[in-house]
Amino acid sequence: MRMPKPRGVLSEWVVGHLADAPAGAAAGVAPASDSWDDEAISLWTLHELSYRGFEDASHDAEWDPTVLVVRHDLESALEDRLRSRWDGAAPAAAEVPAALEALVADDDGPSLADRVRRHADADQVLELLRQRSIYHLKESDPSAWVVPRLPVRAKAALVELQYDEYGDGNPNRLHAHLFARGLEAVGLRSEYGAYVDDALPETLEMNNAASMFGLQRRLRGAAMGHLAAFEMTSSLPSRKMVQGLQRLGLDGPMAAYYDEHVEADAIHEHLAAHDICGTLAEDEPDQAAQILFGAFTCLDTEARFARAMLAAWGVDP
Amino acid sequence: MSDDFDHPDVVLQPHGPMLVRGVTSVRDADGTVHAVERPVVALCRCDKSSRLPWCDGTHKVIPRQ
Repeated sequence: MRMPKPRGVLSEWVVGHLADAPAGAAAGVAPASDSWDDEAISLWTLHELSYRGFEDASHDAEWDPTVLVVRHDLESALEDRLRSRWDGAAPAAAEVPAALEALVADDDGPSLADRVRRHADADQVLELLRQRSIYHLKESDPSAWVVPRLPVRAKAALVELQYDEYGDGNPNRLHAHLFARGLEAVGLRSEYGAYVDDALPETLEMNNAASMFGLQRRLRGAAMGHLAAFEMTSSLPSRKMVQGLQRLGLDGPMAAYYDEHVEADAIHEHLAAHDICGTLAEDEPDQAAQILFGAFTCLDTEARFARAMLAAWGVDP
Repeated sequence: MSDDFDHPDVVLQPHGPMLVRGVTSVRDADGTVHAVERPVVALCRCDKSSRLPWCDGTHKVIPRQ
């Protein structure tokens, strides 16, 4: 993958600096971002250095000190923004699974899966899949970073869940690979990061939140809460996605990808809420609030993305 | 040596499915045998799933008895 197109002065600086870091350390202080879009694509680009990277970025860029300062500042701003949206209370450690269930049950964000199931046309569904590709082509990767930071029970449970996400030892069943096959089957590009230049800032923010939670040990509880909320809101919507894809004649590998998630996430939601988040909160009670913050952020960034998508389609949420 | 942690092979989720670990096949109520390739499966207990014998989350949208 090549670096994305800049969306402002900061991302222009980031792309220029990454191309020749650390030789370009003389580039000095990064400029302030000039828009939310600019900020979001800059942080997405910096996070990507810790995933698969870019063919046109320096291999040394990930740990370049100048780059780390910019990433830190962008993450601080993002975390402040995400926390400002959350006014929930910390549950008692033993109440974390029930608090997650209540949070998900009370979620009133608009459902894109409902739209796809009954009304969206093929162009709208393809646009949604392009946006979803930013995450689904690295599905589960942000959670994988958390494994070494967890106590015994939560660690075993996360790996049990991740083993299924990564295909149960069979590369053909790895979820990100299933999504890539689905993209090809509906006539879209399947290369990693193919559509990042089309990504809405809401899409980037959703991905940046997950990456930040995964990359920072301090935010391990938020990462696991995010995972739990994601899994707990996947099974039923995935079934609606299957129905919508079939309605539009897009059945085949893309419908099969969502069909797999109907079954898999009906399992994973219990592992995530009880065996991962529940035991993490019991072993590290100060993580209870972080878990709920992460779960809230998952639902909130999805709701913001859904409203942006529906607005683009001219639909009242 | 006893285990340090409870880790049962079968877990009944309140108002939810039965989680079963470490099986390679499941026979459903119609007699069909389904191969299992996952470390854990969720078996429907509400009988309303669209993909029996597996849970599909439908129990969450039906009124509790």
